[in-house]
Amino acid sequence: MALCGVADTGSHSMDKSITLPPDEIFRNLENAKRFAIDIGGSLTKLAYYSTVQHKVAKVRSFDHSAKVSLQETDGDPLYEISVQEEITARLHFIKFENAYIETCLDFIKDHLVNTETKVIKATGGGAHKFKDLIEKKLKLKVDKEDEMTCLIKGCNFVLKNIPHEAFVYAKHADSEFRFQHTHPDIFPYLLINIGSGVSIVKVEAEDKFERIGGSSIGGGTFWGLGALLTKTKRFDELLQLASKGQHTNVDMLVKDIYGGAYGSLGLTGDLIASSFGKSATTDKEFSKEDMAKSLLHMISNDIGQLACLYAKLHNLTRVYFGGFFIRGHPVTMHTITYSINFFTKGEVQALFLRHEGYLGAIGAFLKGAEEDNPNQYSWGENYAGSSGLMSVSPELNPIQRARSGTFDMLEMDRLERQLVNLPLLQDATSYIPDTVDLTEDALAREYWLYCFEEALDGVVKRAIASQKDQPEAVERAEKFRQKYRHKLQTLRHQPFAYGSLTVRSLLDTREHCLNEFNFPDPYSKIKQKENDMALKYYLKVVKSVEELSWEQRQFNLVKGLLAGNVFDWGAKAVSDVLESDPEFGFEQAKQQLQERPWLVDAYNQWIERLKGPPHKCALFFVDNSGIDIILGVFPFIRELLIRGTEVVLASNSGPALNDVTNSELQILTERIAAMDPVIHAALKEDRLALVQNGSSSPCLDLSRLDKVLATVVRERGTDLVIIEGMGRAIHTNYYAMLSCESLKLAVIKNSWLADRLGGKIFSVVFKYEVPSKAQGQH
Amino acid sequence: YILKCTFPWFGMDIGGTLVKLVYFEPKDITAEEELEEVENLKSIRRYLTSNTAYGKTGVRDVHLELHNLTICGRTGNLHFIRFPTAAMHRFIQMGRDKHFSSLHTTLCATGGGAYKFENDFRTMADLELLKLDELDCLIQGLLYIDSVGFNGHPECYYFENPSDTQNCIKSPCCLDNLFPMLLVNIGSGVSLLAVYTKDNYKRVTGTSLGGGTFLGLCCLLTGCETFEEALEMASKGDSTNVDKLVKDIYGGDYQRFGLQGSAVASSFGHMMSKEKRDSISKEDLARATLVTITNNIGSIARMCAVNEKIERVVFVGNFLRINTVSTKLLAYAMDFWSKGQLRALFLEHEGYFGAVGAFLELLKSSDDA
Repeated sequence: MALCGVADTGSHSMDKSITLPPDEIFRNLENAKRFAIDIGGSLTKLAYYSTVQHKVAKVRSFDHSAKVSLQETDGDPLYEISVQEEITARLHFIKFENAYIETCLDFIKDHLVNTETKVIKATGGGAHKFKDLIEKKLKLKVDKEDEMTCLIKGCNFVLKNIPHEAFVYAKHADSEFRFQHTHPDIFPYLLINIGSGVSIVKVEAEDKFERIGGSSIGGGTFWGLGALLTKTKRFDELLQLASKGQHTNVDMLVKDIYGGAYGSLGLTGDLIASSFGKSATTDKEFSKEDMAKSLLHMISNDIGQLACLYAKLHNLTRVYFGGFFIRGHPVTMHTITYSINFFTKGEVQALFLRHEGYLGAIGAFLKGAEEDNPNQYSWGENYAGSSGLMSVSPELNPIQRARSGTFDMLEMDRLERQLVNLPLLQDATSYIPDTVDLTEDALAREYWLYCFEEALDGVVKRAIASQKDQPEAVERAEKFRQKYRHKLQTLRHQPFAYGSLTVRSLLDTREHCLNEFNFPDPYSKIKQKENDMALKYYLKVVKSVEELSWEQRQFNLVKGLLAGNVFDWGAKAVSDVLESDPEFGFEQAKQQLQERPWLVDAYNQWIERLKGPPHKCALFFVDNSGIDIILGVFPFIRELLIRGTEVVLASNSGPALNDVTNSELQILTERIAAMDPVIHAALKEDRLALVQNGSSSPCLDLSRLDKVLATVVRERGTDLVIIEGMGRAIHTNYYAMLSCESLKLAVIKNSWLADRLGGKIFSVVFKYEVPSKAQGQH
Repeated sequence: YILKCTFPWFGMDIGGTLVKLVYFEPKDITAEEELEEVENLKSIRRYLTSNTAYGKTGVRDVHLELHNLTICGRTGNLHFIRFPTAAMHRFIQMGRDKHFSSLHTTLCATGGGAYKFENDFRTMADLELLKLDELDCLIQGLLYIDSVGFNGHPECYYFENPSDTQNCIKSPCCLDNLFPMLLVNIGSGVSLLAVYTKDNYKRVTGTSLGGGTFLGLCCLLTGCETFEEALEMASKGDSTNVDKLVKDIYGGDYQRFGLQGSAVASSFGHMMSKEKRDSISKEDLARATLVTITNNIGSIARMCAVNEKIERVVFVGNFLRINTVSTKLLAYAMDFWSKGQLRALFLEHEGYFGAVGAFLELLKSSDDA
């Protein structure tokens, strides 16, 4: 009663006439190794591991040992920027119809250079059928892997590495897919795989799972019985029929027996008492549509009921559904969801997976790659290379995919760092980084999509400007423009394509697309220039602050922090000002700031707190380079250090907009330490530490941070978290609850957003929060 | 003067597909009574007891008749009659034609039809129904019949060696205590009740895949018209031509999960292929439908029994009538999947307990009066 795939149904006509768009599919095949294939009843899923060579911007400090005074560095850039080739690992998954399998195998054979590969891992019902063909074409030995093991491995992988993998299906909601933010602790869960039969698997740990039950009434029953009843051959056509039918013509309802509801038991009149009950007692013809619908309800309800009985018995609330019966079909997702709601009275939600179709292939691949320890790493979905989730309902999918509609792709990048939760989250399981879910907020979605499209010209311009020496940069930038615009168009029609649509995901997608076309760091030179300029003013700013009274000084430091944050090339309004008026200075920025009381103003509480004992250790998530970090953040943390608080500065691991990266910050800090004995001493005594956050995003996901950062935070007994900037403190984490004190501050540099929050452009958010229950930090 | 309940004594259960009627035929009628007895009453008694079939579709299950039952001070035989719910209006008309309302008896009825047809009884035949809850009636009726036994034999039976088709034999059993039991009532649909005592029970769940589904699908797939026909075909068919078994996919057992090769992997799974659809017999289809529905009920029953921590599972309902394929399959499924922990029990009067329960209420209501 087990089974996942559908084996050997129908015959396949090999279509060799199609030509594959090589730029788009089977990318990076030259370096591919470790193939895996999952052949189902109608779709083939191919997986391979490849290395991608791409350019990264590196910064390297000049030797300043000979020049100690500030004056001497005048005119010289602080550090050198070089573009280097870097090799990273990427997983490619491609899904196509079985009809294309021979063409695809030929294509792979022609492009596969790597001769080390000897075997291909295979799973799925069709693996056996195509074994000879694969071995002949690719000269690789086919190595079969257990279907269920692959499925579970794949499921664990996507749940762990793709934060918005799972979703709830709501047919009549504005967005039919409601994504769940996957908690880092994914176990235990129940996987109900509805293939030709149903398997119910309890998964307790990476390698610990058990088939606790199943049923023979599954997708094969719907298909087989449906074909007999309606003379319709194809599964999809049967679903089509079902979506048009009325089951009440065929089923015996409670009201057919009672004349109304069975009130004392709370059974409503519309409840099905007996599936197909009317066809036993009525002598009439039933329409194909009605019978298909009745059959669909019968099978979905039955599976839902069993799933609930097993979930209850094993006390599990996370129940994922997969298998070809589900695979992106709104009709079956709807009936299964309905059934689960009915039987559990809403206590259990039916969850579905964006990459459900890939689980077998991913698992087979992971089995083959065990020696590379793929589970030791964190992986991230590459938005540039992945097709995203498509709605199968035609009215929701009006635009055809630009590339061949039969190919679907998923690419996962191996991340340099292993990512974990910030230990200071009050409740990691309920933490949601993003403030606004654009999949659900149509108005906000419209605005931001428009905003990103408007800004595209500027981004293209900047990308070209960052590589003036390379003539073909123009062409690449144009390709970037097309790709990102296409992504935005897709998202306009299918906001759910990559999980919940958020400002963060829009920003990240842009970064991925830029990287895709070798624009690793379009802001590198601007950042360099700004850093140089700001450093010249550092001592002046520090000195002017030192002369103030304590109260005045605290206010000035906070204002400096906020004014620094105005300098943000990421926000369009600011980049306009900066480009037209480069003299727009730090002091002027302070003038621009909203007068107190601010839009969100907890300054008085903060000052009261500062009159108390110093914090043990402050973790500061920094934002922009240049004036922000040098003239805003450093004077502020300098004061903290003097108070006796240790400081950990967390910056991005890789470039994103003009955000300061960890390697840039290392150099800047060195330079500041050379001028400022306070910083110098703090560095030397390890009271000031620089760590990377593991991300290359202008936003911040506190559930996916560098493991080292988490360790440092824990070891130092961090009792204050400061999050700065729109991307990290407004678009994300605005509602994040921490178990220690926190400061979230930003200047709203977008008039639409300011308006939404009830303020004007350059409104100030200064949010100081103390957890309701003291966690014993003091 | 002792107030006695006036004859005739009926209990009726109007289900989705079948109407079940129990009738008490007094055998201790005195000559005096005989004289006083109105003609109407006599004719009803004669009509019911001298026939075994009524109209085209009414049947008296003679083999189930209980003899020499003493109840409320009277001794007589209890008759068990059934007819399709589709014939309900004809039945009501007969009640009118025979001037049933002139007998001033209370008509105790349960099942959904007691609600659905209440108004028809009133307007067509001038009869008032005393409507009773079907689950209450089911349990009271079941406990009563179990207590009086089946003409000196136990009402209850089970299968010895359920996992061994060669040596699987029906064998009567007398249980001192039925509680707690999971009561699975398989009519058109299925209800599952956890019964702890005579008055303490709850409906655990239900499924719409029941007897109605079996017959409905069989009618559509094979063109048959009656339950008997469908079962007859099923008894001759082979479901493995229709269902995909584990071994059809794995070549043998699926050892990773301890699944036998002979287990059904996908009900009707072979029917995904056109060639197989074209070559299949009606008998095979009927058998597969029966096996699919039965196994599914078994599976849900087993899960509920485990969830409710009950070891005795009692199957009743007219789906099990003349249906040894299903009873044996249920006995096997309970035993095999629970590794011998659960026992399937069956009762001889399968589908009549609701009607018996309604009949008992009639006597109770007159006691109260």
